Amino acid sequence: MPDLDLAPLQSELKRFIPLGRSGLLPALHAAQKLYGWLPEPVAAEVARALQVPLADVHGVIEFYSLFYNRPVGRRMIRICTDAVCQLKGGDEILSHLCAHHGIQPGGTALQSDTTIEASPCLGLCEHAPAGMVDAEAETNINLRTDYYELGRPRSRVYGVLRLLTENCGFGPTPLASYGEYAAFKKALSMTPAQVVDEIKASGLVGRGGAAFPTGIKWEGAAKAEGAPKYVVCNADESEPGTFKDRVLLLDDPHRTLEGMLIAGYAIGASRGYIYLRGEYPYVQPVLEEAMAEAQVAGLLGEDILGSGFSFDIEIRLGAGAYICGEETALFESIEGKRGFPRVKPPFPTTYGLFGKPTVINNVETLCNVPSIIGKGAAEYRRVGTEKSPGPKLFCLSGDVTRPGLYEVPFGVTLRELLDMAGGVAGGKSLRAVLFGGAAGAFATPAHLGVKLTFEDLRTAGLPLGSGVVMVFDETRDLRQTLDRLGHFFAHESCGKCYPCQMGTQRQKEILHRLAEGRSLPGDGERLQDVGWTMTDSSLCGLGQTAASAVLSAMKEFPELFVADGK
Amino acid sequence: MADEITLSMDSKAVSVPAGSTLLEAGQAAGSPIPTICWHEATTSNGLCRMCVVEVEGQRVLQPACIVKAAEGMKVQTGSERVVRARRTILEMLASTMDLSESPEILSMMDEYGASAERFPEAERRESPVLDDNPMYVRDYSKCLLCWRCVQVCAEDAQYTYAINFTGRGFETQIGTFFDRTIPETTCVLCGQCVGVCPTGALKPKREYLLEHGLSPQDITVLSSGRKRKAADRR
Repeated sequence: MPDLDLAPLQSELKRFIPLGRSGLLPALHAAQKLYGWLPEPVAAEVARALQVPLADVHGVIEFYSLFYNRPVGRRMIRICTDAVCQLKGGDEILSHLCAHHGIQPGGTALQSDTTIEASPCLGLCEHAPAGMVDAEAETNINLRTDYYELGRPRSRVYGVLRLLTENCGFGPTPLASYGEYAAFKKALSMTPAQVVDEIKASGLVGRGGAAFPTGIKWEGAAKAEGAPKYVVCNADESEPGTFKDRVLLLDDPHRTLEGMLIAGYAIGASRGYIYLRGEYPYVQPVLEEAMAEAQVAGLLGEDILGSGFSFDIEIRLGAGAYICGEETALFESIEGKRGFPRVKPPFPTTYGLFGKPTVINNVETLCNVPSIIGKGAAEYRRVGTEKSPGPKLFCLSGDVTRPGLYEVPFGVTLRELLDMAGGVAGGKSLRAVLFGGAAGAFATPAHLGVKLTFEDLRTAGLPLGSGVVMVFDETRDLRQTLDRLGHFFAHESCGKCYPCQMGTQRQKEILHRLAEGRSLPGDGERLQDVGWTMTDSSLCGLGQTAASAVLSAMKEFPELFVADGK
Repeated sequence: MADEITLSMDSKAVSVPAGSTLLEAGQAAGSPIPTICWHEATTSNGLCRMCVVEVEGQRVLQPACIVKAAEGMKVQTGSERVVRARRTILEMLASTMDLSESPEILSMMDEYGASAERFPEAERRESPVLDDNPMYVRDYSKCLLCWRCVQVCAEDAQYTYAINFTGRGFETQIGTFFDRTIPETTCVLCGQCVGVCPTGALKPKREYLLEHGLSPQDITVLSSGRKRKAADRR
């Protein structure tokens, strides 16, 4: 790198210096924008400016898929080859593009200065097959007709309710249409404890996958010793098949911001973070615009509406790591570290971001908050069931007639949900539904009558997860899907604890043999041992659910796992 | 908090001082719990999960090196689930790395009936021996990622930060900034990483040379020879 001019970097880095180590990911993003990748002198300059050890900076670059310490093209094309896009021809698109540019996946075509890679799920599943070109989504790609859409993905919003998705489907909703945070204003007239009580009374539980009662979480952080406190919005939506948070943030950003403000008031926090997944860069300007509107309207910043309550929000962009959706790994990432999940307890409510009491909620969870406070818990509970109150978003994808985001009350059956989406595409019959996400479980036609509530799903052995309903028709070979799931978890394991670090790799190898029809005697038992060892003994939720879909497939479709793979 | 805590380890009541881990409680109860990554001088991170035990009322197995004993807790240190996890972890280790200089782990494999050939066609973590400094040799084919070296190089002891991680998941390895040689890093050759390495992945240079058939005299000649040459050049 003889001609590398570090001057532009040095001036760019000035704004990250006050953040210290916490500024590492934003600084690396900014550096990569300048140079296209992160050569050694650039990484060293970032380390020097932020006073982070060189080896640590390198460790961080190596951890995140979207940081490159090797030269890549000025144009970056990522084609999703995960489960849903695989069904829709993602592999063929990747090979076609690579052949066209005369390169292998991961390679760079010098003439066009273009790198093409296979990517894990990009959260564009209702527009599969999909990819990204630099910071733009490339959706509904059709090789035959040479059709594709480039830019912010359109929203496809359906279902029987319009509570969470009231403003979705028409592009970003400005503050003027959303309304000036009536629920937040109402919260300001209540005591923080009353706000927490209202959320508790609503029965709201987290929508990110863990289903923890939101009110209890808020109460814990409100009562915890220590200051400052933080509110973190988990927008690191990366569960394959999930795209609900993308739609909520793109079309109705103010709902999330208002939810964060109410949370901040309830727990006594004056600072919030939105951790946005690195593959949603096109969401960032929408959020920034909404924050600017709120600032101008006096709804964000110092002494809001003369209440004495102050609140600021900072957006943090991830850099390609599914594990950062795990709450403690997300904190580590904001702190400028590799996204290793922490040992719990202590829990985030007492020891969260920067070791301070923190409430971390998923986007959809926060979007429920304004309507709970605005209408009151009792009114909110009129939707859904006694034990699963409220509206729920489901992400339908795969072999379904109308893929998209569906808002329904808890309590509709899986059959009703599929019928709303026009049933299995092409009039075929249903083979299976991957329910809850890659970390979910397979449902069969026998599960169609199951009511979609926490209590009924638990009985049926199906995790609600992040609301994924990935549909497979009768012609699909689920071994190909299992192969992708195995690859996904091996790619995304952080490598911290042994069961997951090695188990996801061994699981991938066995599933790959299965998909290629060359299983070895004993592979079934190996899958069980590896699967249960990960489930039982992994450190975090990633490892504990990395075998969930595989173990459920072994239960529901044992015929797929006979030794000769036939 | 009471000074003494009474809990049940394998159906046997045992009292331990408040603040004890289940690992310590196991020791006290005569149910020793195996460990790999745990070391008295480093922060416990619960990585290897060999010390997992079954605690009544907990959905998943718990790492004994971290979880504190609590009054009335009921712990099983050798249940079927525990044994399956430990055996499978050992089998995965054997299919991944070179355990030839890890006698403790090899004897654990015997104890748990773990087969080194359990995972055929498995990708192994292999890397060339790195001999780039006068003090120690690095053979990451033998590294089981216990993190101790990274920890003692950082806040657990030395605050030198010469090494960190490269890669992610199965591809994780210990490494320096852009794979620089040790003399090009902040390493002060304190040797603490070598001292805590459980598998021979980090080894004193002299031990390495002796193992490779050099005599103490050979080594003396080699090292003083370099000095003489340097003196001649002056």
